[in-house]
Amino acid sequence: MDGFHDLGGFQGFGKVPHTINSSSYKPVFKEDWEHLAYCLMFLGADHLKKFSVDEVRHAVERIDVRQHVGTRYYERYVIATATLLVEAGVLTQDELDQSLGAKFKLANPPHAQGRPALSGRPPFEVGDRVVVRDEHVTGHIRMPGYVRGKEGVILHRTTEKWPFPDTIGHGDKSAVHQPTYHVEFKVKDLWGDAADDGFVVVDLFEGYLDKVGQTSPASEIAGKQAAPRVEQGVPA
Amino acid sequence: MSTHESQAPTSTPGERAWALFRVLKEKDLIPDGYIEGLTQLMAHTWDPANGARVVARAWADPEFRALLLGDGTAACAQFGYTGPQGEYIVALEDTATLKNVIVCSLCSCTNWPVLGLPPEWYKGFEYRARLVREGRTVLRELGTELPDDVVVKVWDTTAETRYLVLPVRPEGSEHMSEEALQKLVTKDVLIGVALPRVS
Repeated sequence: MDGFHDLGGFQGFGKVPHTINSSSYKPVFKEDWEHLAYCLMFLGADHLKKFSVDEVRHAVERIDVRQHVGTRYYERYVIATATLLVEAGVLTQDELDQSLGAKFKLANPPHAQGRPALSGRPPFEVGDRVVVRDEHVTGHIRMPGYVRGKEGVILHRTTEKWPFPDTIGHGDKSAVHQPTYHVEFKVKDLWGDAADDGFVVVDLFEGYLDKVGQTSPASEIAGKQAAPRVEQGVPA
Repeated sequence: MSTHESQAPTSTPGERAWALFRVLKEKDLIPDGYIEGLTQLMAHTWDPANGARVVARAWADPEFRALLLGDGTAACAQFGYTGPQGEYIVALEDTATLKNVIVCSLCSCTNWPVLGLPPEWYKGFEYRARLVREGRTVLRELGTELPDDVVVKVWDTTAETRYLVLPVRPEGSEHMSEEALQKLVTKDVLIGVALPRVS
């Protein structure tokens, strides 16, 4: 999803509001409600098992851009958790509004159903030169836009595999498990001279990559549409 | 006068968080002690002092250093520092000519058990937008000026790998005990924006 959350390389922001070693980082939660954000998120994901952490990330991405810009970090996780619990039918918009005594604004509905992973290819090896597939995905994806279509070198292939975010991020538990790769890019290959020198390493799922010179046609994925997910009972 | 876009919210973030809490509580969906237990982990158990112990051990013990760089998860597990958001750990080795720095440009992903929860500035739009593109400039603004021959390598935490930076052991620390070394390793050192210094 090419949303506001995909901030890598976005220009116009001022200085990072910090000086090294100036903060004590205690207390971890500065206000009396901040701990609720992750606690209620884990309650829904881990304890009630109503959604995955990938869906939480996607729900944050779905927060209306104007609202997203003006919200604080923990606030976005409260909104995302509330949204997913309403979409899962655990609670209703009315109950939230009643409890708050005002309209509880939730994230926008998803604009896509997610997609399956491109799979069945041989794994990439350390040292391989790869290119990030030039794809635009309306749903959840863990590929920052700044590496789309760019070439890099593989530094590491993980020894574990995880569900493909573009699938599980939409609640589809049939997600294929894949390793990820630490892919190193030259900063100048990403933004030319309008950047500092150096490298960026991005941790990319196998399905986002092609070996240089061996591109797979996009039709391989297009032909395999995800099964429609179970209707989310969003109460009127 | 207002449009639907510019309408100011009539409630605060805290009021919204507690509103969600109350709805779940009234439905009896929050087990006793659930919030308290998780809050204890997040606010106290997961702490940058954990990462400092790992780094100090790696500086003092070449065998442990090799394990940390070869299998970060196993090395951190020796201390019990694995768990949510710290299940696949990779340590990034700084050298005389390489400075590693960690970010999560898409949200805030951090190695919670080893570094503690991420600080506000790490989750802020400025750091997320700028570090990947202007690493050296951002480090300078934060207070870390690097020599020209040091390459900046930014690690964007975009999947399940969770990182910590293993910095170069600073000059003047040759005779320090492991306990004293730990004090040089701050949260900012583990994220990679600061260098350890012997004061």
